[in-house]
Amino acid sequence: MAAPIILLGAGQASASCAAKLRALGYDGKLTIVGEEPAAPYQRPPLSKKYVSGELAVERLFIRPLSWYGEQQIDLRLESHAVALDPAAHLLTLADGSKLPYSKLLLATGSTPRSLPSEIGGRLGNVFTIRNLADADAIAPALKPGAKLLVIGGGYIGLEAAAVAAQKGLTVTVIEMAERILQRVAAAPTSDFFRALHQSHGVTIRESTGLAELLGADNRLTGARLKDGTIIPADLAIVGIGIIPNDALARDAGLAVEGGILVDGQCRTSDPDIFAAGDCAVFAWRGARTRLESVQNAIDQGEHAAACLLGAAPDYDPKPWFWSDQYDVKLQIAGLNRGYDSTVLRPGKRPLSQSIWYFQGDKLIAIDAMNDALAYALGKKALEAGRSPDRAALADPASDLKTVLA
Amino acid sequence: MPKITWVLDGGREISANVAVGHNLMEAAVANNVPDVIGECGGCLSCATCHVYVDPAWAAKTGKPGEMEDDMLEITTAERREMSRLSCQIIATEELDGLILHVPHI
Ligand SMILES: Cc1cc2nc3c(=O)[nH]c(=O)nc-3n(C[C@H](O)[C@H](O)[C@H](O)COP(=O)(O)OP(=O)(O)OC[C@H]3O[C@@H](n4cnc5c(N)ncnc54)[C@H](O)[C@@H]3O)c2cc1C
Ligand code: FES
Repeated sequence: MAAPIILLGAGQASASCAAKLRALGYDGKLTIVGEEPAAPYQRPPLSKKYVSGELAVERLFIRPLSWYGEQQIDLRLESHAVALDPAAHLLTLADGSKLPYSKLLLATGSTPRSLPSEIGGRLGNVFTIRNLADADAIAPALKPGAKLLVIGGGYIGLEAAAVAAQKGLTVTVIEMAERILQRVAAAPTSDFFRALHQSHGVTIRESTGLAELLGADNRLTGARLKDGTIIPADLAIVGIGIIPNDALARDAGLAVEGGILVDGQCRTSDPDIFAAGDCAVFAWRGARTRLESVQNAIDQGEHAAACLLGAAPDYDPKPWFWSDQYDVKLQIAGLNRGYDSTVLRPGKRPLSQSIWYFQGDKLIAIDAMNDALAYALGKKALEAGRSPDRAALADPASDLKTVLA
Repeated sequence: MPKITWVLDGGREISANVAVGHNLMEAAVANNVPDVIGECGGCLSCATCHVYVDPAWAAKTGKPGEMEDDMLEITTAERREMSRLSCQIIATEELDGLILHVPHI
């Protein structure tokens, strides 16, 4: 009998790929191998409603456990893959077992960057957030009155800061760059979130480098900043970016460059090995692209399913993303890479506005804060390749539907 | 637990008892209702949980909220009068017997 298709990594991309394979009529053997104890689940709530205690764990799962049986998917959890032999079509697990595959999808996700142990990165009460286990370790430490230091002002760190501030912790965010969200957003978006956090009592310190974390008896007590200031802290959350999980691919001799290199067909440098999700890098609009989002995990996972079964058109993502902080919902459509100007459009509600990113006259992305209409209409315009007139866009009295028509 | 019925495009019906407090997108996904996807996990950012409420139930399910109304701009199937994003409909005892029509996407 033919060897199964194996999807490695039991996360968002594999779950989407598996569902799509079955929907496309693949009725052969299908195995998902993942190292975590849990079936595929949604990560976004980990830094939002799950860590705050508002959402129970059962509600995180992408599919009920019974679904895998019904779909005849062999779900192998707590199985860590340690080696890959492309020539022999074999995947080796930590327990020594070797799994033959006909085709393989690498959907291994990514790992948060951590601080080196020389500067206190391994102290107790210093956390990163990627897995359920991380969120479960952090939740009990979010006690009112405790002092939280968030290192890195990206989305995950700011979401954690918001949850903690609402629980009554004293929160300080330090950001090495000139402004929070610098890597992912334009200055008006940073300004909006800085003011939002400050209004909730969070201290935001930008252009601020960390010298070291301080601790006694392996427990964090605070941090020394590059300027010499000492900030006392009971716990720290480190959100300084992620590293794609590409080691297995690299060791197997596959092409790897800041992620597992794939073509528009999700194919790696080996014809029977594919990759999708956080771990995959692909060429898009003339540049190497690696997206870290649910949108990409789902769409590229589904795209990989089509490619595993035959040819498909090249993957052409329509990126979107969201973040929830306090009572603000940020929705992002498009990718702002390479923008040269922005237009700010005030919203109709309190704390609502949208930032429109342009490259020349071409609209390339939108950040909408509490403005779902701007997000929805903007997303439509992006997908249709329409670019609005900037002056009309900036005028809050203009009708957005007309401006974007 | 209220019983909810999803009527698929083509007529097939799927019924399930749904825990009070759960939203009807997650209930649909848990019961393998095709074409209700729920990519954003219910946080009003994807519109992939679009359904048409059976007209007989319109009064009980109520109208879409402001943000939901805006998000209904980007549904894949056409927006109609009874369109809702099912992640925004929360199961209550009053909704026992509710019928939702699922557009094929
Ligand atoms: C806290 C947090 C908040 C987020 N918020 C948002 C958000 O608001 N919006 C948004 O769009 N995106 C958000 N994201 C990003 C989104 O969750 C990821 O982009 C998405 O989960 C990527 O899916 P994936 O399948 O590529 O990887 P994952 O879901 O990470 O799955 C990969 C799996 O592979 C396993 N694995 C890796 N190596 C091996 C091995 N050798 N053997 C076996 N198993 C292995 C890993 O343990 C993991 O379980 C967030 C992420 C985090 C962590
Ligand atoms: S699940 Fe995304 S809007 Fe309902």
